[in-house]
Amino acid sequence: MRILNLLKISFKAIVLNKVRALLTMLGVIIGVASVIAMLAIGEGSKQSIKSQISNMGSNMITIMPYAERQAGVRLDRSEMQSLTLEDYKTIKSEAKLLTNVSPQVDGSGQVIYGAENWPSSIYGVTPNYLDIKVWDVESGSMFTDDEVGSAAKVAVIGQTIVENIFTDGEDPVGKMIRFGNIPFKVIGVLSEKGENTFGQDQDDVVLAPYTTVQKRILAIDYLQSVVASAISEEQSQDAVAEVTKIMNKAHNIQEGDTSDYEVRSMEELISTFSSTSEMLTVLLVAIASISLLIGGIGIMNIMYVSVKERTREIGLRLAVGAKGADILLQFLIEAILISITGGIIGVVLGLSATFIIENVLHWPTSVTSSSIIISFAVCAITGIFFGFYPARKAATLDPITAMRYE
Amino acid sequence: MKNIAIQIEDLKRNFKMGDEVVHALRGISFNITEGEFVTIMGTSGSGKSTLLNTLGCLDQPSSGLYKIDNVPVKDLDKNQLAKIRNEKIGFIFQAYNLLPRTTALENVELPLLYNAKVSTEERRERAIEALTKVGLAERLHHTPSQLSGGQQQRVAIARALVNNPVVLLADEATGNLDTRTSYEIMALFQELHTQGKTIVFVTHESDIASFSNRTIVLKDGNIIKDDINTKIRNAKEELAAIPKAD
Repeated sequence: MRILNLLKISFKAIVLNKVRALLTMLGVIIGVASVIAMLAIGEGSKQSIKSQISNMGSNMITIMPYAERQAGVRLDRSEMQSLTLEDYKTIKSEAKLLTNVSPQVDGSGQVIYGAENWPSSIYGVTPNYLDIKVWDVESGSMFTDDEVGSAAKVAVIGQTIVENIFTDGEDPVGKMIRFGNIPFKVIGVLSEKGENTFGQDQDDVVLAPYTTVQKRILAIDYLQSVVASAISEEQSQDAVAEVTKIMNKAHNIQEGDTSDYEVRSMEELISTFSSTSEMLTVLLVAIASISLLIGGIGIMNIMYVSVKERTREIGLRLAVGAKGADILLQFLIEAILISITGGIIGVVLGLSATFIIENVLHWPTSVTSSSIIISFAVCAITGIFFGFYPARKAATLDPITAMRYE
Repeated sequence: MKNIAIQIEDLKRNFKMGDEVVHALRGISFNITEGEFVTIMGTSGSGKSTLLNTLGCLDQPSSGLYKIDNVPVKDLDKNQLAKIRNEKIGFIFQAYNLLPRTTALENVELPLLYNAKVSTEERRERAIEALTKVGLAERLHHTPSQLSGGQQQRVAIARALVNNPVVLLADEATGNLDTRTSYEIMALFQELHTQGKTIVFVTHESDIASFSNRTIVLKDGNIIKDDINTKIRNAKEELAAIPKAD
């Protein structure tokens, strides 16, 4: 009953001073709206960076031989013979945190079609290599496991090669090309990927069954690396540990021994990117928080002035029987009503701003419910915090002096 | 024997002004019984404002006894004082002190807003009743700026009446009004008096005091005169004698 009456009184006071209340709200509105919009931009860019990294195969794990010394000379990784097909099979069957595993052997040479030729690299892999790299076949198809088993001379080529050795409009699928001296039938073309973060042209590749590359081109029986994808980015570190354990067992490596292989993940890449976007978010939040703080100070300012301006009114209320607590609550409720109303308008404005940013500027945005809840909570707390001082000031007024106040 | 509404014994009020102690009230005593219409007179600095503040429970005496409706006020805390003001006292001020941009009805409802025992419906009913009593039944939804000075003071009187107080305390209630309107207000006070209301009216005009049935005169914090008025003027009759302004 009493609170209800005070609510009525406070509401009345706001309605009587619409313009002032609106101006007070403005600070909160802008604060909340900018928190929501900025968090949405931050979150959006974070997600877009994350998906870009995912497209690079951010959960990719690479197992390669460790370049050991032989008679004081460090050997080239590709000449190391410590990684075998046996290792690949063991990893594939034992690792639980990996989804796709593919062996990899690679070599370089000229790709020749008719009178054109182009220097490129050939990667000998299994079909699930595409899933690990997150690549797509644009036309034709990827070779099959059967073709891997039979060491078929089939290849899937990248766009750069298509552009350089085929004439415009010519369909490469079904055509015979040569890699060095070995003829391959083109059965598929990869969709364009562009350069990766290290400036490598990812379209300048020829994919072929690893068996074919091993036997026909490199004439080796070991593997140069094994690539795999962890079940998720978050678990790639665990996957690295698991693979290390499996490999240590397979290669009979004790703790403290120098291992003859190395396991790498893209973790560092991911953490670099996410820390960048994290920093961006923090920066945006900091800016938005400042505007929210200024909004709060605005409330305090106006409430303080309003207490001064209504000193006689407060005196009268005290004289007719209002208790200090009644006056305190009246002004506090007023401050909270203003900030909450401002908060609601701010949320609506922030969401519309986000919508505009998304649809007009085409920036990636993502509104999280937590950003709405947090900014709203902060603005309610702001109301209480900044409303309290002027409200207490009003409550402690002496009715006699308050009524005489001019 | 009628009940004693206000009982004061050896009431003192000192103010500290730096090192000096100002004695605003130097030990005064009087009783006001229910249904009396008392004017308190005195020049400025005589202590009448201090007395009024004390009677109105806005201020605590330094020493002495003050009982309103048999409740000793001396040892009450701020909140208890607020409750006394809310339930036992009706204030009327010189400057009316109405809330701006607020209707007469809402202004009159104000004291009852701070009384949790009064429901919304009862509050409205009592406010309308009080406004009717002061002759403003037709002006319920007018804001102060739409009312004349006399009407504003009537709203203030209605506000003072709405909580059925033990005593009505008026502080120079006619100070801002012209003679004619003052007499109208005094006629209203006399009418309320005949209905049994206890009224304490602070003024410095002896003209106004002559409408009451008892006058207490203060000087330098002491009572120098406390007389029953034998020749009470009738405000209504006086009003009829004054030629209408327009």
